[in-house]
Amino acid sequence: MNWSEQLRRRTRWSEAVVRVLLTACAAASILITLGIILALAGDALRFFTHPDFRWGDFLTGLAWDPGSKKFGILALITGTLMTSFIAMIVAGPVGLAIGVYLAEYASARVSRVLKPVLEILAGIPSIVYGFFAVSFVTPALQSILGNLIQPLNALSAGLVMGVLILPLVASMTEDALSAVPKSLKQAGLAMGSTKLETALQITLPAATSGIMAAFILALSRAIGETMIVALAAGSYPKVSLNPLGSVDTMTGYIVRVSGGDIPQNGIEYMSIFAIGLTLFLITLGLNFISQKIIARFREVYE
Amino acid sequence: MMFPVAGHEDFHPNMGSRKVRAATWNGIFLASTMVGVLALVTLVATLVDNCFGAVILQDAVALTDVSDAGKTLEGLDAPQLRQALQSAADQDLISPGRLAILERDGPLATRTAEDLRFLLIHEVLQPTVERAWGLTDTLFHSDEIARVKQEKFPDAELVFRSWITPDFLGRSQSRDVLLTGIRGAIIGSLIIILLAVCIALPVGVGAAIWLEEYAGNTRLNRFIQTNIYNLAGVPSIIYGMLGLSLFVRGLEGLTSGAWFGIEGVNGRTVFSAGLTLALLILPIIIINTQEALKAIPQSLRWSSYGVGATRWQTIWHHVIPAAGDRILTGTVFGVSRALGETAPLVVVGASAVLTLDPSGLFSKFTTLPMQVYTLSQQPQEEFKHLASAAIIVLMIILLGLNSVAIVLRGRMKKTKEAA
Repeated sequence: MNWSEQLRRRTRWSEAVVRVLLTACAAASILITLGIILALAGDALRFFTHPDFRWGDFLTGLAWDPGSKKFGILALITGTLMTSFIAMIVAGPVGLAIGVYLAEYASARVSRVLKPVLEILAGIPSIVYGFFAVSFVTPALQSILGNLIQPLNALSAGLVMGVLILPLVASMTEDALSAVPKSLKQAGLAMGSTKLETALQITLPAATSGIMAAFILALSRAIGETMIVALAAGSYPKVSLNPLGSVDTMTGYIVRVSGGDIPQNGIEYMSIFAIGLTLFLITLGLNFISQKIIARFREVYE
Repeated sequence: MMFPVAGHEDFHPNMGSRKVRAATWNGIFLASTMVGVLALVTLVATLVDNCFGAVILQDAVALTDVSDAGKTLEGLDAPQLRQALQSAADQDLISPGRLAILERDGPLATRTAEDLRFLLIHEVLQPTVERAWGLTDTLFHSDEIARVKQEKFPDAELVFRSWITPDFLGRSQSRDVLLTGIRGAIIGSLIIILLAVCIALPVGVGAAIWLEEYAGNTRLNRFIQTNIYNLAGVPSIIYGMLGLSLFVRGLEGLTSGAWFGIEGVNGRTVFSAGLTLALLILPIIIINTQEALKAIPQSLRWSSYGVGATRWQTIWHHVIPAAGDRILTGTVFGVSRALGETAPLVVVGASAVLTLDPSGLFSKFTTLPMQVYTLSQQPQEEFKHLASAAIIVLMIILLGLNSVAIVLRGRMKKTKEAA
């Protein structure tokens, strides 16, 4: 017994070193978050304390035009929300239907074709979707709507963004539906309801929270999406509610400004960090809500 | 009726409408899935359509002005081509200085006919693209195209062109649409990805091992886990801003190479880009590795402990090899994501125009998606064709990467089963 006690108590330096290294790796993730917050907040603070900056203008102004010192973030937020909502109008119902179809209807053979299609759609870089928006969707819309629609517009960007987030909504909906206990469905079928009635009136309501989480996550993805709006949505500097016209978005503005060579001490440079901080907080909030919903949903059925 | 239930007529009448409703919804579901398939098909069709098609090439100098030997370039042999170049020099169509430079690069007398033909085309004739069409227009509106050519460009040449050529892959960027290439962008993309993976893979796998194999269920560890999920959902452009603030500006001495005695460069380098993308793919690699580790049965660990292995020995010799194929798949997923990222690299400072290939960590850079972005922004028609050619190259690289991963995964599985 004596030697075994000794063996157990021996300090194994290599084990200790490995442990420290691994802990450092995990801690790195916290450092990244801290880094993001500090990097954004540092320059955002310089923006908020700049003599040309006024809170009233920032929060309620209807134009974002650094040239004439107008910094109303509502102009960018409306643009972002408009493209994102158009995307959700496409991806919400269609993604939901695909999810229901995959979870409840599709035969193994159909799934074998459909799932890779969704995976490929999800794996296509967003810049490719941006190109698709300007080189196919916008001309197609112009041939239908004629002069009503501007060459750069929120509708085209939103529609294509809908395709981008479609796989996310579809696969998360499918997961949520598959997580509903089989016994619920069987009870429905036993009561004489059709396959459709079971799917729409029993499975779907039981998976509501999971589907809500999917929608919120998709919205967050759409809000943070950059290259499609940078190429296709334009740069109209005022609040506009016309989906056929140009809008400016938070991400589009950041890319446009940082793509040019702007001086580090100019207010434009600082302003992108304030927008970045706003964007970060919005997406963080949405992701957080989505996670909370999923966590609660898991508890209900496990 | 099969069952003699009293009042079954009460629900019988609505069977018809219920069946119609089921059929309608079935149609809706099918139509929705078709939306997805249709989107993919249209996307691919748009790319192919833009990548091939008719172009009208207008020479700045007619061939007949410099050579009386034949009407087509292909018909000329080396001496005739040399003569044509000489005649162009005599007519001042090519400056004597330029000719001297060419002579110094390689004496004209020893150059091959193919080489001379290239020189004659691009130094003297200098064709430009007047009009360009997509594949569908070329196939279905050929008479219209021929008419445009006849009416507007009677002495121009109408040719069918593939915008994606070996030259397009192998040349560096140029202002000439016919001569430009994406070599620098491909090299840039590959170096940056390699750098990002070399940093993110060890750290990511390490963090995942710690979370799955070491960390207890404490408040702090739950916070770290939540934090990683949140990082995976942060928009990529935010990582670009972190890279701009931290690597390009904050650590400029490191990323520009000034600390290593390299001068005249700012922080917008390959190094900054690689570090930024490493941060971007880190959460993806951590989460995928965690999934891989979760899938390893606990019995494997217990049997290792049972024969007296320490925790790290168990992980290193048993858990990681067993999870290797899934870790690899997760890494490829992260790499694919990084390869297509554009927004963070625009913010970090990818060059829109870069004629020199990146040569190391501290050179300026551009990437394939960045070139697609730059090309897509140009208003001229021909740049759209170049952009779609660049996209096809990007998609082929992504597809190749994923296929290699699938093959490797299959092989790893086989060795695992054999062992």
